[in-house]
Amino acid sequence: MTTPATEIDVSRGSDVLAAGYDYAAVTEKISSVVLLRKSGRAWRFGFTVSVLLVMILTCAVSYLFLRGVGIWGIDIPVAWGFAIVNFVWWIGIGHAGTFISAMLFLMFQDWRTSINRFAEAMTLFAVACAGMFPLLHLGRPWEFFWLLPYPNTMWLWPQFRSPLVWDVFAVSTYGIISLVFWFVGLIPDLATLRDRAQSYPARVAYGILALGWRGSARHWNRYRTAYLLLAGLAAPLVVSVHSVVGMDFAAAQLPGWHSTIFPPYFVAGAIFSGFAMVLTLAIPLRWAYGLQDFITIRHLENCAKLMLVTGLIVAYGYGAEAFYGWLSGNEFDMYMNVNRALGRYRIEYWMLIFCNVLTPQLLWFRAVRRNVGLLLLISLVIQVGMWTERFVIIITSLQRDFLPSSWGMYYPTRWDWATLFGSVGLFVFCFLLFVRFLPAISMAEMRELVHEQSRGPGKEAA
Amino acid sequence: MSASGQIYGLLAEFDAPAPFVHATEQTREAGYTRIDALSPFPVPGLDEALRLPPNRVPLIFLLGGIFGGLSGFFMQVYSCTYSYPINVGGRPLYSWPAFIPITFELTILGAGLAGAFGMLALNRLPMPYHSLFNCPRFDLASQDRFFLLIESADARFELQQTREFLQSLGALSISEVPK
Repeated sequence: MTTPATEIDVSRGSDVLAAGYDYAAVTEKISSVVLLRKSGRAWRFGFTVSVLLVMILTCAVSYLFLRGVGIWGIDIPVAWGFAIVNFVWWIGIGHAGTFISAMLFLMFQDWRTSINRFAEAMTLFAVACAGMFPLLHLGRPWEFFWLLPYPNTMWLWPQFRSPLVWDVFAVSTYGIISLVFWFVGLIPDLATLRDRAQSYPARVAYGILALGWRGSARHWNRYRTAYLLLAGLAAPLVVSVHSVVGMDFAAAQLPGWHSTIFPPYFVAGAIFSGFAMVLTLAIPLRWAYGLQDFITIRHLENCAKLMLVTGLIVAYGYGAEAFYGWLSGNEFDMYMNVNRALGRYRIEYWMLIFCNVLTPQLLWFRAVRRNVGLLLLISLVIQVGMWTERFVIIITSLQRDFLPSSWGMYYPTRWDWATLFGSVGLFVFCFLLFVRFLPAISMAEMRELVHEQSRGPGKEAA
Repeated sequence: MSASGQIYGLLAEFDAPAPFVHATEQTREAGYTRIDALSPFPVPGLDEALRLPPNRVPLIFLLGGIFGGLSGFFMQVYSCTYSYPINVGGRPLYSWPAFIPITFELTILGAGLAGAFGMLALNRLPMPYHSLFNCPRFDLASQDRFFLLIESADARFELQQTREFLQSLGALSISEVPK
């Protein structure tokens, strides 16, 4: 009886995974970030800054609970201020994580493997930051559960025909399904950490989270099916979430909001800003922990290409909005476009055109897409641009609607800024903790990638 | 050496997927039924080697989705037409198109939760204790080694013979798994 010659699989080197990695090496390299290595100076610096920002957020929110939303710059006519801008911005950022983990998985993209885990974590933390804002904006945040249908002594129901109620369901479903998808993906890696951890508390903690995963073929079989189907569910879900956010605006009568282009244009904008955030996180991550062999230039370049594509869709959205405003011949729609470009918020408008339409055009050049520093800078610019876009959409339409007698201005207060930067701190804080306590790259999927990429022509003959 | 009644089974170790799948196939063909193959990632060809039947996870997803969608839709219909009807300029109370987004979200929610928890339940997870964890080598099953298990409860299990059989398959090491 003969058995095939035993030969350990080693990656042959490709543009998504460098050469010379076997199963043990990928496992060792990724798990050591969590289990062995010291946190490092960059991490401690980032953590300190983010903790300070979280403290600012805590103060801002405490003061808000004490005094109410009057501490913000919102008033009539601009009753939706930073809180809603931040909500739309954060929820958009989350979208790239699901896009990478679900859509690229369904399309068998091999460059998804090493970036999906931290992109999913990014989604979770972004959704957490996003979900905070509408609740803070409620006025009486402690009554937030009135948003949900539950048997109550007031005999009331939510208004199910309102996109704002759809939003409650869309965002909470999105948060829950993203968490489930992320956790299911983590189970095999938690088992690896359980088996590799040196300290007893770590073994117990990872052991509990790993649920007793053994890697049995029967388990993998059901696991793969469940993961595939979860990806299939998450893909339309991600499109629905920002569409519903878009309908929050489109269902209103205001010029600049009441437009059928909103749902698709919001989804493209969401993925655009999300990929910018993926790059903003991936570039420091691979540098700080020496993960350039796993998160390669090709990963960064592909994210950049998707940023360019979605950026062009967003630019088309701006164009279409202006064009239909003109085509409609509607006085108010035409005025809204003039007011955006030349009115009191023209600086913000031209800033968004610069950040979201002009800057991404640099990504046509291969040299730019492969220049890591420049890519980081461009993605930061795009994030600022996408925040500004939401600011312009929300503020300019509210600021000057139909009746000149009800026109007004919006001036954010220091509490608005504190809450915005505080939420950025919260996001970074969560992400830094994630990087230290959970594997930022899926080890099980990397081993699968090693297996696939080691089956070269030489191997087949053996 | 413990007798075959006191051990859970024999665990053979491999360091590459190809011999592992081959050995699994041989073991099944040799007539062993209570076997398991444990690997650090889903190895292609293993399901066929073990002749695994199609799993029922998709059915659970489907049922969860149907339940979520129907309950979401009828909750809205009940609320808007019967429990809390609001006349807005004479518009119809049963305005079903407006109910679709929430129906869709709850379909996804129902399917996703049922599917994920259903997968864990079918896998009998969480399972805090399992005999396999008694075997020190088994720590590598979540890292870089592939293990083939023959349970002592198998009708054909005979400690010495089974050990020799596993050796003939080219296993790197063979460990007894204490109960």
